[in-house]
Amino acid sequence: MTTSMLWRAGRRLLLIAGLPAVLITAWWLATANSTNFYWPPLRTIVEVFGPTWLEGKLTSDVLPSLARLGVGYLAALALGIGIGVAIGSSTTLRATVEPVLEFFRAIPPPVLVPILILFAGIGDGMKVLVIVSGAIWPILLNTVEGVRSIDEVLRDTAACYRFRTRTRLTTLILRGASPQIMTGARQALSIAIILMVISEMFAASNGLGFTIIQFQRSFALPQMWSGIILLGLIGVALSLLFRLVETRVLAWYFGQRDTQQSGA
Amino acid sequence: MTTAPPTTAPAATDTRRGRGIPHGALGAAGFAGLILLLELLPRAGVVDARFLPPFTEMAVALSDQLASPAFWDALVATLRGWIIGLAIAMAAGVSAGILIGSVPALRAATASTIEFLRPIPSVALIPLAVLLFGTDMRSTLLLVVYASFWQVLVQVLYGVTDVDPIARDTARSYRFSLWRQVRTVLWPTALPYVMTGFRLAAAVALILEITGELIIGSPGLGNAIAVAKSSGAVDTMYALVIVTGVIGVGVNLAARFTERRALRWHPSIRREVAA
Amino acid sequence: MTQSPRKTPKDSDIMSIVSTLTRSTPEPAMSTDDTGQHTPMLDVRGLRKVYASGKRSVEAVRDLTFGVDPGELVCLVGPSGCGKTTLLRCISGLLETTSGEVVLEGKRVSGPPEGMAVVFQEYGRSLFPWLTVWQNVELPLKEKGISRAERKRLTTESLAAVGLADFHTAHPWQLSGGMQQRVAIARAVAYEPHVLLMDEPFAAVDAQTRGELEDLVRALWERLGVTVLFVTHDIDEAVYLGQRVVILSSSPTVVLEDVTIDLPAERDQLTTRSLPRFTELRAHVYERVQQAKQGNRPSTPTATS
Repeated sequence: MTTSMLWRAGRRLLLIAGLPAVLITAWWLATANSTNFYWPPLRTIVEVFGPTWLEGKLTSDVLPSLARLGVGYLAALALGIGIGVAIGSSTTLRATVEPVLEFFRAIPPPVLVPILILFAGIGDGMKVLVIVSGAIWPILLNTVEGVRSIDEVLRDTAACYRFRTRTRLTTLILRGASPQIMTGARQALSIAIILMVISEMFAASNGLGFTIIQFQRSFALPQMWSGIILLGLIGVALSLLFRLVETRVLAWYFGQRDTQQSGA
Repeated sequence: MTTAPPTTAPAATDTRRGRGIPHGALGAAGFAGLILLLELLPRAGVVDARFLPPFTEMAVALSDQLASPAFWDALVATLRGWIIGLAIAMAAGVSAGILIGSVPALRAATASTIEFLRPIPSVALIPLAVLLFGTDMRSTLLLVVYASFWQVLVQVLYGVTDVDPIARDTARSYRFSLWRQVRTVLWPTALPYVMTGFRLAAAVALILEITGELIIGSPGLGNAIAVAKSSGAVDTMYALVIVTGVIGVGVNLAARFTERRALRWHPSIRREVAA
Repeated sequence: MTQSPRKTPKDSDIMSIVSTLTRSTPEPAMSTDDTGQHTPMLDVRGLRKVYASGKRSVEAVRDLTFGVDPGELVCLVGPSGCGKTTLLRCISGLLETTSGEVVLEGKRVSGPPEGMAVVFQEYGRSLFPWLTVWQNVELPLKEKGISRAERKRLTTESLAAVGLADFHTAHPWQLSGGMQQRVAIARAVAYEPHVLLMDEPFAAVDAQTRGELEDLVRALWERLGVTVLFVTHDIDEAVYLGQRVVILSSSPTVVLEDVTIDLPAERDQLTTRSLPRFTELRAHVYERVQQAKQGNRPSTPTATS
């Protein structure tokens, strides 16, 4: 009994960690004696990782980047959901502004960077603004769609039982639109990360994107590689964090969906 | 379980519809309002005209652009990079997806790796691309392919999982050849997902193509925007940004149209898989 | 997988549970006005509803007049697509009338009125999937400003009354269709309405569950003395449940006939449905509905009782 459980757990671990271990080992071995300038040994990259990022640069570059990302993303969430609920609640307003919003969404967000530099210079404000202006569209448009598609019968129910405006907003509209809002928020998160990096590559004096480009320009290849890996780790960590929040917020939605799928 | 029959009364839609103004007209009014705002804000001095030129000036700059061969070269370069990148990502994503998806062991073994590689921001590869290819279009292509590959792969994987096990067993019991199994059982089921992947990848590829041009400096509209910005041609910059938006809308519409066409026969045009 | 009900209450259970449910609210508004004249609980006068969208306009309801007395159980029946849902939405204040008026307890309805609860046909869509069964029932009480202790009592009792005492923490989508509709009924009952509107509430549940739910409605109505307006397209159901059956024409809707159901007050699925009088009444209503389907309309506007 216990041995079979152990065996199963071991198999699971092997499935999860097996291929990554193989790939990393392959990378490690393939570059072990590498003298190729562009592909430094993985060992060297790992060795420089600590000194490069965890001493000094953590507070001067990594944390400021993450702070701008956090502020920009949360602002985009608040604005996107707020405006989205307002637009989604009125058919006429929605029909009027939705094509315009679709147009703004279709503009590749990074081209807004040069425009926003004009207005806000190259400080923190610009970078936060860039993140907000790129990340807001998927949230906003998905919120509009979510509010629009809230069930008519559910709306009628709330009206019949004379829900107060506050309750209508929190219990009916925001919860009802939450699956779509989360879809938008997920798209917005990856856009926000991209914009965090790009705004720093464009014009900055600190930050992750800035530092990585500096390493590239000064041909500090192991450091540059360690920066790429750090960005990857940040992307993965944030997506795990997002999923954690999502499973909590949408527990009812996933439960309902699974019930319908297996019951149909 | 019986589902609720459709609501009988037209009441539901009727009460919430506007006062009979067609939605197309309202949308046009929305754009007219935006243009008016873009014209009036700088003219009235609310916004510095050096930062936001009036719309008429953007329009003049745009018509200048449309008359210049350099603009068309840039446009062609952008579209070419987009199409090549998208094609590579589709080919790689679909074949990898079918391979991984139809071999359960492979699927289980790669799941964690895919989940790890997918959220890595593609722009992290910019410095590497620049070192490898300089400002060549291949630099941007690397970003485009990397970013859109995952969109396709993940959707194809969903699609392959969706194959009806009974259909698959039937095909096997009749000793269909492998190629035939893929063609008759797997592909029809996975096609809606492939098309969803195509639509998502098309949008992502365009964003990364223009981003790459802007940051790396490979030829294309993104680069043209960077040049306009550094030479202080603010109205041209806005004109080009508008062009990128129009292309973006065009790409979305075209992708949606292609999806509909390809799935005309399909019983349900599926919704995106939330995952 | 639909979670299998641990216990499906039988008719007898429901009766016994219902009898323990206590009623603490004052009786519904008086049935006579200042002049001593007889006033109905719910009065629909000359109601007309025209949908206008663009150049096209559709007359859904032409001229409806009928009343429901306090404590009465009235069924509205008509051919499918006869504007029943439109009518119900007008009465519940969800839809504005084109002309005519709906008066509830002497007050003209212009928006969802106090003291009215509605049970919709689409049980799966009228419950909040992100709330538990308990929260679904309790939320309207919170909105009404009822104290915590009282909310707890009302929610517990009404869930027990519909046989769902064991399902407080479940989510609606974990329950079967019939159980979901019970939750909706419990919610309406806990709200202590003076008038309960039911819009084809059992159209989407299976036949067996349907019989149980019909008896549940009769039992709750008898126990609570609430006025019930029950809309259905099922003639058997209308005759079995109602004290009166109002037969509607096809759209644009008018009242075809107002039939008094003189069956004994004590009804049960087996004996009541096999009474000769039940068969007669059903045949009569059936005939009128068939006529309505063929577009038969009264030559003069129908007057109320």
